[in-house]
Amino acid sequence: MTAVEFTHVSRHFGSVRAVDDVSLTIAEGSFFAMLGPSGSGKTTCLRLISGFDRPTSGHIAIFGEPVDDTPPNRRAVNTVFQDYALFPHMNVRDNVAYGLMVKGQSKPQRYAAAEEMLALVKLDGYANRKPGQLSGGQRQRVALARALVNRPRVLLLDEPLGALDLKLREDMQTELKNLQQSLGITFVFVTHDQGEALSMADRVAVFNDGKIVQVGTPHDIYEQPRTRFVADFVGSSNILPPRLTQSLGGPAKWASLRPEAVCLTDGPGKARGIIEQVRYLGATNHITVRVGDQTLTAAQSATKKLHAVGDQVGLSWADMALHPMDEA
Amino acid sequence: MSIAATLSDRFWRQPRLLLALLLVPPLLWLGVIYIGSLLALLLQSFFSIDEFSGLIKYQLTLKTYGELFRPSNYDIIIRTTVMAALVTLASIAIAFPIAYYAARYAKGRMKVLFYVGVMLPLWSSYLVKVYAWKLILAKEGIITWAMTGLHLQWLLDAVLALPVIGGNSLSVSYIGTFIVFVYVWMPFMILPIQASLERVPATLIEASGDLGAEPGQTFRHVVFPLALPGIVAGSIFTFSLTLGDYIIPQIIGSSRLFIGQAVYAQQGTAGNVPLAAAFAVVPVLIMCLYLWGARRMGAFDAL
Repeated sequence: MTAVEFTHVSRHFGSVRAVDDVSLTIAEGSFFAMLGPSGSGKTTCLRLISGFDRPTSGHIAIFGEPVDDTPPNRRAVNTVFQDYALFPHMNVRDNVAYGLMVKGQSKPQRYAAAEEMLALVKLDGYANRKPGQLSGGQRQRVALARALVNRPRVLLLDEPLGALDLKLREDMQTELKNLQQSLGITFVFVTHDQGEALSMADRVAVFNDGKIVQVGTPHDIYEQPRTRFVADFVGSSNILPPRLTQSLGGPAKWASLRPEAVCLTDGPGKARGIIEQVRYLGATNHITVRVGDQTLTAAQSATKKLHAVGDQVGLSWADMALHPMDEA
Repeated sequence: MSIAATLSDRFWRQPRLLLALLLVPPLLWLGVIYIGSLLALLLQSFFSIDEFSGLIKYQLTLKTYGELFRPSNYDIIIRTTVMAALVTLASIAIAFPIAYYAARYAKGRMKVLFYVGVMLPLWSSYLVKVYAWKLILAKEGIITWAMTGLHLQWLLDAVLALPVIGGNSLSVSYIGTFIVFVYVWMPFMILPIQASLERVPATLIEASGDLGAEPGQTFRHVVFPLALPGIVAGSIFTFSLTLGDYIIPQIIGSSRLFIGQAVYAQQGTAGNVPLAAAFAVVPVLIMCLYLWGARRMGAFDAL
């Protein structure tokens, strides 16, 4: 079943088209990522689902029901906010129980549910603390528990990991993914971090300038970017102009060539060039090679033979790695 | 090296020196002039006056405080306290929507307009405003004129016919005193509430709605508790200013005394400084009780 459906949805702020004629379907039980740079319309889309904002035109349905006239408090969705939006004057227990409180559940009932949810996010024992006494990661979990305790059919997450440091973010990515799989709730996740989108989502929608540029599995998005924007935004890529693509044996179109698909060889390879720069990134080296008036970057395991700037090398790749795409 | 540079180096090496230099003058002012005179006042209130000679007896006694409970004095305290409480409640009711609008919706020019609108009355003399109100509320004033024009004279008459709070005209009734108090202290209520609402992130209100709360519930459980420190701050102003004011009730209202007028009369014409001091301690005590109560109710938990 379709959890969320957008039909030609636009949201304009004055002359700014924050969301511009977006149609999309999010399947029930999926982990859906909205990926894009800031200002691309992804957060506005999330706010249209939660009901904090209303479309200028078009329709939104949640589980088949049109929600065009449904206020946020009557939608079967809950949100984990970017800044967590925990109530500072309530302790953790009351924060988590808030949704049940406003629905009129008795104190013992809602506190029991809150404790259970806190255990699920591994925060048992923190119930009496105020949000101000928690670390960023802990606040994040409280926000998650506060949303999940309402048993939403769709959970919306607005860059929930943005404020966490790298290590914590990686842990939370795994935990969120596990949580989503065990609860079976539809997660809609907004992020500008392509790594996060690719590693967690079942499906990714790439946004640019208020439009969806491409929707697909992380694999599709990464391996077969439809446009130059997608290739450039999702992971780093060598973007080849049509002339170069053609000279390398492809069609006369723009093409994407992922750095990790490029191998350095001592033989002639598909192209030859001179190493311009070597960047050491721990596990890999990024080696920039000048080929004619163009540069190509190759990612190479750092354990491989070390090349030096100025070396003549050959470049080779599998034919299918050179992926032609649209200009826009 | 210049003197300024020498000094700044010295301060860098000894940060406490700078702190002391910054704090000593205001602390002296506050300690000696303010707290000192307050203590002197408190001391005075424990003296009494010789009924025959009219001279102050410098002997510690609670007799003067006992006098506060004489019906005529006690009435003054009750009247002033009830007025201060009502003025405070009305100020909250009127100021909150204005402050809420300013904090959550006003942007750019509307915000400037808000600040000017709220502050402008503070720039003109308090006496001018009170006398202006005297004219507005007078029997021959604009309110009577407008009510007559709207054929609502009967409504005004009905209001003025109310026992206790009514009177010959608005300018000589408690209603008039109340209106002017509310008007004059309004900025002192709007600004703190606006400041506290300004610090409530919009996402908290969205989060509450997102979790299923009706707008009324969001107000009760999120907006109001977070605005409470501002409301309390504002009510400290309106409450204590009303408790201590002696000009408004003198110009507008029935001729019955308020605490401020009683203090003024006792220390001036009556020459009973101990009783004036005891009267002056009453608002201080009431404010202490009020703050203690507010604290007990958790008004400062969100700070």
